[in-house]
Amino acid sequence: MSKIEINNIYKIFGPNPQQIMPMVKDGASKEQVMEETGHTVGLDNVSLSIEEGEIFVCMGLSGSGKSTLIRHINRLIDPTAGEVLVNNVDVCSLDEKEILEFRKKTMSMVFQRFGLFPHKTIIENVAYGLEIQEVPEDQRHEIAQGQIKAVGLEGFEHQYPAQLSGGMQQRVGLARALATNPEILLMDEAFSALDPLIRSEMQNQLVELQAKLKKTIVFITHDLDESLKLGDHIGILNGGRLVQVGKPEDIILNPADDYVKAFVKDVNRSKVLRARTIMTKLDKFDKSSVNPSSTYKYDEDTYIEDIVPKVLKDRSTIEVIDKEGMTTGFITSDELSVALTKTK
Amino acid sequence: MIRKLLTYFTFPIIFVWLLVVSYNSSKRKPDSAMELLTDPSWLYDWPKWLDIPLMKWINDGFKVFNEKYGIYFEVINDFLLGAILSLKKFLIVLPWPVVIALVVAIVFFSSGRKLGTTVFVGICTFFIGFLHPKFWDKAIETTSIMIIGILICIIIGIPLGIAMARNNKLRNAILPVLDLMQTIPSFCYLIPGIMLFGLGAVPAIIATVIYAVPPLVRLTDLGITLVDTEVIEAAEAFGASKRQKLLGVQLPLALPNIMQGINQCTMMALAMVVIASMIGTRGLGDEVLLGLQQLNVGKATEAGLAIVLLAIVLDRITQAYGKKIQDRNQPPK
Repeated sequence: MSKIEINNIYKIFGPNPQQIMPMVKDGASKEQVMEETGHTVGLDNVSLSIEEGEIFVCMGLSGSGKSTLIRHINRLIDPTAGEVLVNNVDVCSLDEKEILEFRKKTMSMVFQRFGLFPHKTIIENVAYGLEIQEVPEDQRHEIAQGQIKAVGLEGFEHQYPAQLSGGMQQRVGLARALATNPEILLMDEAFSALDPLIRSEMQNQLVELQAKLKKTIVFITHDLDESLKLGDHIGILNGGRLVQVGKPEDIILNPADDYVKAFVKDVNRSKVLRARTIMTKLDKFDKSSVNPSSTYKYDEDTYIEDIVPKVLKDRSTIEVIDKEGMTTGFITSDELSVALTKTK
Repeated sequence: MIRKLLTYFTFPIIFVWLLVVSYNSSKRKPDSAMELLTDPSWLYDWPKWLDIPLMKWINDGFKVFNEKYGIYFEVINDFLLGAILSLKKFLIVLPWPVVIALVVAIVFFSSGRKLGTTVFVGICTFFIGFLHPKFWDKAIETTSIMIIGILICIIIGIPLGIAMARNNKLRNAILPVLDLMQTIPSFCYLIPGIMLFGLGAVPAIIATVIYAVPPLVRLTDLGITLVDTEVIEAAEAFGASKRQKLLGVQLPLALPNIMQGINQCTMMALAMVVIASMIGTRGLGDEVLLGLQQLNVGKATEAGLAIVLLAIVLDRITQAYGKKIQDRNQPPK
């Protein structure tokens, strides 16, 4: 059972969405529907499943429906058709009270422009989710204090959001989302408004936190590098349709269509591909040409950017080993050159 | 389909019905409808029978209304009059230095301890009595009417503004009514005010509320609508109920706008209090009217200045408070 399961979701914006449904189901494109009826197709038959403890990155350009999709998971938006199962419960079947309870306990959200409350201090902001749950003040401030420490913002507790820089504000957003200890974290372009250095710092911080917390994270971004860096799985949306879902390597090596190809064209492959993906398996490799003195052992999860210098510098061969130390394959300059060649 | 046809036809049908009613009720219609065909002179001058009998309807309606529900208005009248009189008595009994000290204290704390504003307002307050001793009591009279009027405005205006921000249909229904309230000349509702409540302070309050409540309603609505959608979404994503969202996020963030609304409301109420002197409301406006009737320029100017001073005092108090909240929401970087 997946943590979050999205089945055949449709979302149409406009005055009469139900009337347009048959047309969309028949496969009319977003532009066609817009022209003929004035309705906007937000999501068009999207199905996904997201496993517990993974970071699922949902990628697409503006208007591809990614922000709409994430808002279906906590039902800030109601779907026109389809169902969203979280922990095997259909979110759309919950009544008003249940949905509030569900949002309080199960998930929290981080926003692109932070969504902090400008009239509350940092600690009050972080404690907001707990305030809504009516946790007594000293208790919630204690928890909030812990989260503020975890994101490295000690000393700023009693300042207002506007007094902090963008990166710091988003840390507050992250701390606020984590303070309620939710099972699921929804991050809507959480780092897109930050400058590149801060962004990469925040990404590292998220990866670090995730290693400890093991939450289920749904992350929205329009930045492919970011999605490759963070995602255990990546879903690519185009015009409300889900074009491809897969592991970062799959997306790079086997782009499903021209849209995805255009996306991955300029990616630095050596930062995404791992030794395991590009090696030649042990049984298929001709060992006779290998000079044992210039063979280095690398873990199969190593990114190839760490291997490249070794191979190029002294023409050495890389022996790929798994967690138990068993050899699983080899990498030479041949494998590298194939892996690093751009798809046309 | 049928609904569409109905909307097309309702307006013409109502219009024709009105024409028939006006023709039938007119005393100056031609002897027979045939005359209209033989004598086309009615085409050149607006015909006397083409006249909606709105005046008659309203007068009749108002008469019935007054007879049937007059008793309720008497209750309202007694209540409001009681409120004004007790407030006025309280303020007049206080020695004037105490009142000035009170005003200064209010300004000092509501402006976030700004000394300049506080001193300025204190001097303005002092000058009201300094202009002419009898202005002091008159100003207090005016202020009591205004305070009660503004309180009613707040009680009606803010909830109405909140409701409008939540419901688009309601907003579309209320907006034209607000336009009407702001554009209809104040004398039009001063007259029914007198007939329902008699001369004096109470119709002045009613007129004040009608005149001064629209900006408060509009600015409350605007303030709540302008709150950043992402902030609202954040509150929703954490499972905030409608009540928690309103009290914890929307109202605090709309407060600078609402304070601006109260400020506008105060200024308009002050303008109304002067006009209301024409229906026998006592206060500073009364002095202006007297100066006008006696062609006493000095007297009218003195009273006018006193009104300006009162306006400054009230404006500074409400503005300063709004500014303080705004500064907290957007601290300097």
